[in-house]
Amino acid sequence: MSAASALSKSASKTVPESTTPAAGPSTLPVGQHGIKEHSDGRFGYVPVQTRSDRFKSVNVADFEAVTGREAVWKHSPVAKFTDLTAGDLDGSRYPVESTPSTDITVEWVARTDARIGTAGLPEERAAANAWSAFDQALAITVSGEEAKEITVTRSALGNSARGAHTIIEAKPFSQATVILHNTGDARLSENVEIILGESANLTVVSLQEWDDSAVHLANHFASVGRDARLKHVVVSLGGSIVRVNPSVRLAGPGSDTLLLGLYFADAGQHLEQQVYVFHDAPKSRSRVNYKGALQGQDARTVWIGDVLIGNKAAGTDSYEQNRNLVLSEGTRADSIPNLEIETGDIVGAGHASATGRFDDEQLFYLQARGITEEEARRLVVRGFLTEVVQQIGSPELEARLQLAIEAELIGTDDK
Amino acid sequence: MSVLEIKDLHVSVETDQGTKQILRGVNLTINEGEIHAIMGPNGSGKSTLAYTIAGHPKYHVESGSILLDGAEVLKMTVDARARAGLFLAMQYPVEIPGVTVTNFLRTAKTAIEGEAPPIRTWIKDVRQAMTNLRMDKTFAERNVNEGFSGGEKKRNEILQLELLKPKFAVLDETDSGLDVDALKIVAEGVNRAKANTGLGLLLITHYTRILRYIHPDFVHVFVNGRIAEQGGPELADRLEDEGYDRFLVPSNVG
Repeated sequence: MSAASALSKSASKTVPESTTPAAGPSTLPVGQHGIKEHSDGRFGYVPVQTRSDRFKSVNVADFEAVTGREAVWKHSPVAKFTDLTAGDLDGSRYPVESTPSTDITVEWVARTDARIGTAGLPEERAAANAWSAFDQALAITVSGEEAKEITVTRSALGNSARGAHTIIEAKPFSQATVILHNTGDARLSENVEIILGESANLTVVSLQEWDDSAVHLANHFASVGRDARLKHVVVSLGGSIVRVNPSVRLAGPGSDTLLLGLYFADAGQHLEQQVYVFHDAPKSRSRVNYKGALQGQDARTVWIGDVLIGNKAAGTDSYEQNRNLVLSEGTRADSIPNLEIETGDIVGAGHASATGRFDDEQLFYLQARGITEEEARRLVVRGFLTEVVQQIGSPELEARLQLAIEAELIGTDDK
Repeated sequence: MSVLEIKDLHVSVETDQGTKQILRGVNLTINEGEIHAIMGPNGSGKSTLAYTIAGHPKYHVESGSILLDGAEVLKMTVDARARAGLFLAMQYPVEIPGVTVTNFLRTAKTAIEGEAPPIRTWIKDVRQAMTNLRMDKTFAERNVNEGFSGGEKKRNEILQLELLKPKFAVLDETDSGLDVDALKIVAEGVNRAKANTGLGLLLITHYTRILRYIHPDFVHVFVNGRIAEQGGPELADRLEDEGYDRFLVPSNVG
């Protein structure tokens, strides 16, 4: 491949590199199939660690300074946001606008709120830094069984380094779509906890339409209760560096999650998502589908998809995939699916990754019907990304995203 | 009266083994309303001729010309050729994920006409054309060629032929892979298109069986990159009986 490159690894048993100060060097277990030393210069040091065993702490001081060599940081331009990993963060309240909705409350709550820390804990320094810094958490609480939608917009975070914390709770049997809309400038590290009670049906959309200079590091931690269903959507279009990492623990039997992602990286943009699904209960089901397009010099995307099927998770069904469409020279898409299975009793587990450029035969076919090359390219990209948009389930947002994708495509035509 | 003229066309293609000469001086004139069948053994260059007319970038024209009513087609982009009135029904139509048949047809029609078709008559035309080709209504909302069977893909090509109304259409092995029922439906569609618009047709085929349903005015035997023999419909009957053996000199075998 020329300037565009794709990276894909997969293994039935995964050996993640550790960043854990607590974990000491270990020797290779004898007889474990396929395990071998990594080739990235760690001098034979092979930590054996399952995905759920990563070191966790809410205290930033428990993490060593970020070097960029850590597994969670090695694909990110860490030198460009040392303020978020090493500096003091402003943890004060910020302006929030939300659309009116019955049975959904939006309020600021104290650090002592009982829900904080129940969905997940930081596994890296920027997340812990935000956790250490926030004064109050923004709590979005959903009740009521009727379907409803709310949009919570942040547009005035400013350009000083901030730490933030958000709780989204769906009470048992409640149903809603919560759209977190991010615009304007920002230098933000944040944690978002998503808690689904029994049989709740919640859609969370994190929509990044930041200004070109914005830096946004987010960790979403979700805990999905018995028979509950979480649809989680990450849409990253604007911003300089945007890293949204959703972790979902399928905690109750019969819990279900659909994780969708849509990203369009222009010249110089870094868009990253590290997705982690932990099947921790029987009969749980997960689907992950992330699709991205890249165009322009140094447009960069990273997708890491970890799925762990724990030993309690009998009868689970999981599938994850990532697709990238490379529209020009000078881009780079990393795509790394990892699957770890601790029980043999599963319905299905699979993963797929593909990164490719335009299919010339598709373009030829469309052009042979009179459609100009530009229009044909637009049709193909739109078609490629539409698959994800169509699954969001909010007609208004879907229509808006189609227009936003349109705008990205027109933007790229000018370059 | 439109005319498509192919003059002394030489075409090569780049392969791993270097440049390979495929067309070696093709001469052919098709008038509006005529049906020409090009028949030939595998590897004789039939499909290369089809794709060269449509402008596929893989094929390199070394010399010769293709004129549509006197205008040089070889200087036109792929989409400009389609807008000028040329159509290629492909042997292996590609899938376009996320683009519905409806959206695709409207976009193509708009591109070819230069303006969007009037919505009411257009929807009626599409429905009628689909009914004629025994295509289910749900077809319109499926993505182009995605998950289509072989027969559905070919019918979708003929649907476009009927709706886009070209002056000349090249059908590249449209009959291949079709059972007799599907073959009849497709042939009916082609005959209907010709009756409605009087287009000229270049029918490329390996077998004679499609010629039972679409009757050619001229038959050309294509061997080793050029036309080896031509005649009327009776030539097809002769090929049916004798095969291509008499055209294949031993040095060409393999």
